[in-house]
Amino acid sequence: MATVVMTSLDSRSRAASRGLSDIKIRNLFIIPTILFLIVFNIFPLIYSLGYSFTDFRASSNAPANFVGLQNYRELLNDPFIWANFAITAKYVIVSVTGQVVVGFGTAMLLNRAIPFKGLITTLLLLPMMLSMAVVGLFWKLLYDPSFGIINYALGLGTFEWLANPDMALYAVAITDIWMWSPFVMLLSLAGLSAVPRHLYEAAAIDRAGPFYTFFRITLPLVAPILMIAIIFRTMEAFKTFDLAYILTSQPTTEVISIRLYKMAFQEWQTGRSCALAYIVLIMVLAITNIYVKYLNRVKER
Amino acid sequence: MTQIELRNIEKRFGAVQVIKNLNLAIADNEFIVLLGQSGCGKTTTLRAIAGLETIDEGDVLIDGQPVQHMKASARDIAFVFQSFSLYPHMTVFENIAFPLRATRGNRSEIEREVQAVAKTLQITHLLSKRPSALSGGDMQRVAIGRALVRRPKAMLMDEPIGALDAKLREEMRAEIKRLHIKQGSTTIYVTHDQVEAMSLADRIVVMHEGVLQQVGTPHEVYAHPSNMFVAQFVGSPVMNMAEVTVSEAAQHAQVLLRGAPTAFNLPSTLTAQLAAAGAENGNLTLGIRPEGVLVSREPREGFVTAEAHIIEPLGSHDIIDLQLGDQMLRARTKSGFVQRPGVAVWARLNPAQAHFFKSSTGASFGIRL
Repeated sequence: MATVVMTSLDSRSRAASRGLSDIKIRNLFIIPTILFLIVFNIFPLIYSLGYSFTDFRASSNAPANFVGLQNYRELLNDPFIWANFAITAKYVIVSVTGQVVVGFGTAMLLNRAIPFKGLITTLLLLPMMLSMAVVGLFWKLLYDPSFGIINYALGLGTFEWLANPDMALYAVAITDIWMWSPFVMLLSLAGLSAVPRHLYEAAAIDRAGPFYTFFRITLPLVAPILMIAIIFRTMEAFKTFDLAYILTSQPTTEVISIRLYKMAFQEWQTGRSCALAYIVLIMVLAITNIYVKYLNRVKER
Repeated sequence: MTQIELRNIEKRFGAVQVIKNLNLAIADNEFIVLLGQSGCGKTTTLRAIAGLETIDEGDVLIDGQPVQHMKASARDIAFVFQSFSLYPHMTVFENIAFPLRATRGNRSEIEREVQAVAKTLQITHLLSKRPSALSGGDMQRVAIGRALVRRPKAMLMDEPIGALDAKLREEMRAEIKRLHIKQGSTTIYVTHDQVEAMSLADRIVVMHEGVLQQVGTPHEVYAHPSNMFVAQFVGSPVMNMAEVTVSEAAQHAQVLLRGAPTAFNLPSTLTAQLAAAGAENGNLTLGIRPEGVLVSREPREGFVTAEAHIIEPLGSHDIIDLQLGDQMLRARTKSGFVQRPGVAVWARLNPAQAHFFKSSTGASFGIRL
């Protein structure tokens, strides 16, 4: 029994009037897209899974030997890798927390009748529209100890932001917060404006103070959409590469993606780096899954 | 013990004045219904009392204290919204407990009071459900429960049952009345439904275009409307209105409806009363409710002939459109009293139910025959 997956083209539609049938449309648009996906995404994904069980090095002509789970075993027992994961975790927590606090706070400020609200919102969204590399390069200038505007504005003299091993990771996180808070703000703003005004009126009648109203009404009702913002930002922060790589090269800022990059393209341990990439993938999936579970629970009501 | 007083309230939304010089005193334990069409300012008035809306001029006094500078939360007034406004992420229990939890924290006391209110409203079995799982009537019970639980100084209700279907509305109406009698708190209730207003109110406040038209008991408002708006707004079917000329005849005052061939007889004291009230022909409108038009199937002394034009059988009674020349008059009869449209019938006006208004202003002359 055949299931009809495709619906027929409406005979009056513009595509039909140009003589495009369903089959033609499929061949023209869908097949190239799927081919592209297979060649550039799916195939490498599966191929690298195979490599992750070998000692293959892309830099040499030596044939790849199957080593089983050795790469995984060694990686998971490597304290340096765990140090990279610890740095990544710290970075994710600082950066995402910062983005949520700043982004949600800005959204709260914007969620009222103020003049030029649309213009202000658009301007606030600019950072996230810039390229990561550009942001990294000019924040490097802003952080510069001798002529950077940040030290000048804060009166910190020649404070080392990026060369200081204790500060560098926070400096990267601050840049990330600056760049991606608008994203959290945008989603929060959508969530906040979806809270019906009459609920605030009901809370006022019920004699709830501003804090009680915020924690019992606003926050729970914005939670689902805020969760989506957090999921996106956690995934992105976990995978951070460009910002950290461009801004600084401290060992204290070597997040897992940088370690992966070095392993793959500087040390040419192709097989092992594939294994590490899979470990990272599984971790991101696991973390996302926890959030999604929570999100579903929140959405149930 | 709560009295509410409104003094010279004015409210504008931009260029539109929604409340015009409103004065009203509400006694303790009274059930007041604000009645009017949508957009007449009744909801704005209610929201102004609650503190959800500011007023431009005048004073709102609760127990003699001016409150217009106070926020809604400081006025200690409960409000039941038309849209229920239940907190969607909380259970029924949490919804009812919200006003208690927002102000104090004694857990066992809150538990006890919520249970007591739930029992009064017969929603104990719903306490663990979320609002989205409730029917309209139950949602409104919960909303009323949330208002009752903290024993507010006054209860304000904004069309609380307007969103329910007809049968449920009747049920809830009775329940609200029962609750008011039991709990006895000063209540202000807004509605556009005159049946609701008549059945619930101790006193009805009729509003039109931001102006207070009449304040009185349901009977007063129904039997002695102060102007043509109140007369036509209260009561169903609508009161008959017709321009009339009144002339004196032997033993009677003759009331001729415009366009009608023959005049109705009313007691002769009418002409003197009208003259005393300053009424003159050409600026005089008669109002008579359908039950004030008495219909006979045979010609009788003092009855005027008419033709039954349309018959609306309503089960308990019929509404009949009588045609007198160019004039239509609706009458209420026993069901099946007139068999079919087109037959000749005879009618007279019940003097006790005749109202006379000044056509130009709509104001009643206050004549009682």
